[in-house]
Amino acid sequence: MLKILKYSFFDLMRSRWSYVYFAFYLLLGLVLLFLNNDLSKAVITLMNVIIVLVPLIGTIFGVMYYYNSKEFTELLLAQPLKRSSIFLGQYLGVALSLSISLVLGLGIPFVFYGLFESSAIWDFSLLLITGTFLTLIFTALAFNIALSNENRIKGFGYAILLWLFLAIIYDGLFLMTLIMFEDYPLDKLSLVGTMLNPIDLSRTLILLKLDISALLGYTGAIFKQFFGTSFGLIVSFVMLTVWVVLPVLRIVFKSRKKDF
Amino acid sequence: MKTVFIFLSVIFMTNSSYALQLEVCKSCPISTIQDAINQAKDFDTIMVKKGTYKEHDILVNKPLTIIGEDYPVIDGELKGEIITVISDNVTVDGLFIINVGTSYTEDYAAIRVRRSKHFEIKNLVLEKLFFGIYIEKSSYGKVFHNKIIGDAIEEYNSGNGIQLWYSHHIEIEHNYVEHVRDGIYLEFSDDCLIKNNVSALNLRYGLHFMFSNDDIYQDNTFENNGAGVAVMFSKKIKMLNNIFKENWGTASYGLLLKEINDAEIIGNTFEENTIGINIEGSNRIIYKNNNFKNNGWAIKVRGACYTNQFVENNFLYNSFDIAYNSKVNDNVFDGNYWSNYTGYDLDKDGVGDIPYRPVKLFSYIVNRTPETIILLRSMFIDIIDFSEKVSPVFTPDDLLDNHPLTKKVTW
Repeated sequence: MLKILKYSFFDLMRSRWSYVYFAFYLLLGLVLLFLNNDLSKAVITLMNVIIVLVPLIGTIFGVMYYYNSKEFTELLLAQPLKRSSIFLGQYLGVALSLSISLVLGLGIPFVFYGLFESSAIWDFSLLLITGTFLTLIFTALAFNIALSNENRIKGFGYAILLWLFLAIIYDGLFLMTLIMFEDYPLDKLSLVGTMLNPIDLSRTLILLKLDISALLGYTGAIFKQFFGTSFGLIVSFVMLTVWVVLPVLRIVFKSRKKDF
Repeated sequence: MKTVFIFLSVIFMTNSSYALQLEVCKSCPISTIQDAINQAKDFDTIMVKKGTYKEHDILVNKPLTIIGEDYPVIDGELKGEIITVISDNVTVDGLFIINVGTSYTEDYAAIRVRRSKHFEIKNLVLEKLFFGIYIEKSSYGKVFHNKIIGDAIEEYNSGNGIQLWYSHHIEIEHNYVEHVRDGIYLEFSDDCLIKNNVSALNLRYGLHFMFSNDDIYQDNTFENNGAGVAVMFSKKIKMLNNIFKENWGTASYGLLLKEINDAEIIGNTFEENTIGINIEGSNRIIYKNNNFKNNGWAIKVRGACYTNQFVENNFLYNSFDIAYNSKVNDNVFDGNYWSNYTGYDLDKDGVGDIPYRPVKLFSYIVNRTPETIILLRSMFIDIIDFSEKVSPVFTPDDLLDNHPLTKKVTW
């Protein structure tokens, strides 16, 4: 598995897309800091970008990579290799190279800007951690979709739909539910609602760390009580890990049974 | 014994013959302030020398000037009220008053002025207090250069720094109040001037008006209070050039207006408050040249607010500029600068060519169902805000700034 991981990883590292992705984040970080001059403000703006873009790129990239390397995968399958290690290796190769692009691309400008002396360092690391989690989650989901769909167009369609659902439609449904049940106590519901969607969960985690929780009023107080404690933080990271583990397990099972 | 008596009476006689100045110190013939007051004649001056005087219930019943030299300490030993003034023309200057008693039935104050005119209370330092300076049914007085540092923890068993009750024409200037319940509190007090004070870290409000009309407060700073400044049930209040900042918490705001009519709010700065101004049932108020910066909500309009004018203000980087909970709008927004404005200015006259809608759909939704605030900064919210901006359905469609400025207002 490690060998395949290494192969995929270096293959991707050599490819143009990783550089583009890396350069994009580098530029984004530089421009933000250039325009903002304020680390903590830049972190907020960055959050907006990360929440939307990281899942999108993870999904698209994952699906693209799977379909592109399909012939090579079939070649590998002919070798005496465990199926799970082939697919897990590929998955980790993609996810890790994307994560490294993200972390380095954003990290370098911020470090040069004096991140280590700034109080924003924890917020920033939280941002990078959630960004990495989102990459892992959405790449895994993308692999699932690609494994289940032989048809590329269909696969891409589903992938986009998945991103659209989790990034936008879910919030719409969530909002509708909250408004519909406004006569009932909604704290638990809203807490569960955010927990179930990795994008919402990451957003809430970062927002609560960035001193705007007071803005959230009573609901914010409840959220702060939950996410502010180490228990809440652990639960959210466990939740994010579950979001990584479940799709990865499905990759393993699906690839074991799949006909090529 | 006899000689002592003679000695004392001689002192008394000489003093009264000069009739100007009495000295109080630990080794002097007059060793307590109360004695000095009893012996003094009208319009005398009492000099209190440095030292600690364990006294309470000091009654000033004649027009006197009491001056402390090098801040003598008057320790009330938590037994009750410390100084009570019931005469006109009293000046109290330069004392350090500590340990006011706490009571649940009486409002013990460090210094109370009752039914008096033309008093001056200045340069006092008050610590460990229940109520600080309590002005009751008095008028034409001045309270300035005082420093009040309380240690209030709970609202129910703490008092106010400076309290005015049924008093008028009082000037309160250059005071510093912190850690009490309400920094400055006015009840039924008209025509007062509150200027250049700093009120910080108080449990409830930095400044609190109740049923007080025609007052002016200007150039004050209200910082980090439980809930900023509250102006309630009052008319014709002028609020000029004050700074309201960092009143940050789940139920905090910079300024609360409740049942306020005909007020002027000009030149103030609201910075980093959860809610800049919370308005309820307030009419005919002019908001001009104010800066709203980095607040959660710059202005939250709760309802029953008519013919208010919001002109030439700066709204900078607030999460929500205006929250509005009804579809009816009778207030004017005109010529403000909005940092969230995305329009253009083709003819370069400094006024945007398309109107700005300060109320976002999301702020309307949050008003209705507060829990939805957790979707803040979600992409879905941006999308519905945008569509609402294009064609308003839920937000009042006549609530717009027809002349949004493209540059910050300066004045």
